[in-house]
Amino acid sequence: MATDPLHQFQIQPVVELPRVAGLDLSLTNSAVYMILAALLATGLLIVGMRNRSLVPTRLQSIAELLYEFVANLVRENAGAEARKYFPFVFSIFIFILFGNLLGMIPGTFTFTSHIIVTFALAATVFLFVTILALVKHGLHFFSFFMPAGTPIALAVIIVPIEVISYLSRPVSLSIRLFANMMAGHTMLKVFAGFTVSMGAALGAAGYAFGLVPVILNVALIGFEILVAFMQAYVFTVLTCIYIRDALELH
Amino acid sequence: MTEDRPTPSLDEIEARLREARRGSAPAHDPSAADGADRDNGRGGLGLAFRVGVDIVAALVVGVGGGMLLDRWLGTAPWGLIVMFFLGAAAGLMNVYRTVNGLGMGVGFSPPPAQDGGQSNGSSSDDRQSNQSSSDDRRT
Repeated sequence: MATDPLHQFQIQPVVELPRVAGLDLSLTNSAVYMILAALLATGLLIVGMRNRSLVPTRLQSIAELLYEFVANLVRENAGAEARKYFPFVFSIFIFILFGNLLGMIPGTFTFTSHIIVTFALAATVFLFVTILALVKHGLHFFSFFMPAGTPIALAVIIVPIEVISYLSRPVSLSIRLFANMMAGHTMLKVFAGFTVSMGAALGAAGYAFGLVPVILNVALIGFEILVAFMQAYVFTVLTCIYIRDALELH
Repeated sequence: MTEDRPTPSLDEIEARLREARRGSAPAHDPSAADGADRDNGRGGLGLAFRVGVDIVAALVVGVGGGMLLDRWLGTAPWGLIVMFFLGAAAGLMNVYRTVNGLGMGVGFSPPPAQDGGQSNGSSSDDRQSNQSSSDDRRT
């Protein structure tokens, strides 16, 4: 187990539950960490904002910082009109951020490293944005697939390409997050595995040389924490840009 | 002991806060520019990864959609073949837009506010000039 770098991604049932209508309803480690992320995020905001003091405590500072960060993101990337969708964007951001950061604690499960989870998130964003555009612009929405100034003769080619390009949004959104998290965590495990196998093969000298991957891993963990933030940020920025596209259909 | 330092009045605090904000406001802009610079410096790898993901995603949708069409309509292998090329084209178009800083958008068109009468011919120039303004949308 120790040297298998992919073992950390295995889904394991934590609480076995009976199958209902052919669906395995067991509570898995993935689900546990998702619940944990949601609870921690809610807890941070509720506990942090409990006192509502003028001089914020540490927790309140974190909560306010998060709020202002996402509020600025929405304002800058989606426009002032999009501010009513702030709760949606904030939920997405904080859920992904907590999922990524929880995964950085050794021994935990990173649910954002599973494409089904990130794809579900991306599909939620995609459906939300599409429905928003449809409600806002009605059938005019479909002019989206015909860039301004395209000759009619090219429509046969351009429209399918644009449709595919539009449909590829949730796919690229989910692949980006999942690939970053999975690659990072696999890399950490592979480097850590070097130390173990060197120690097993060479004995004491092996453990001495094994310090090198450990030192590398220290640097990589710092990098991975950066990636955890970056990917939550990127996902949120793209969500905002999509919302802006839906609001300001050209 | 404490009388030596009288509690500052709210006005004083307000003034200090305002000063602190004024101090931090100019500091904010350079940090934003710095962030953009860092983005560009780091950009090589990040951009390469984004471009790769964009192509793959469009191809996945194209090929997957083509295979589904084939299964429904029984047109194998034509759906796959046609959709593969359409997907590749869509992927390359995504990359073109990404690299030019045109945002992620399908159906991107330059904001009309930039200059009034834009014809089809000048629209590509518009997109170029729009590049800097949409640069901050790149991630």
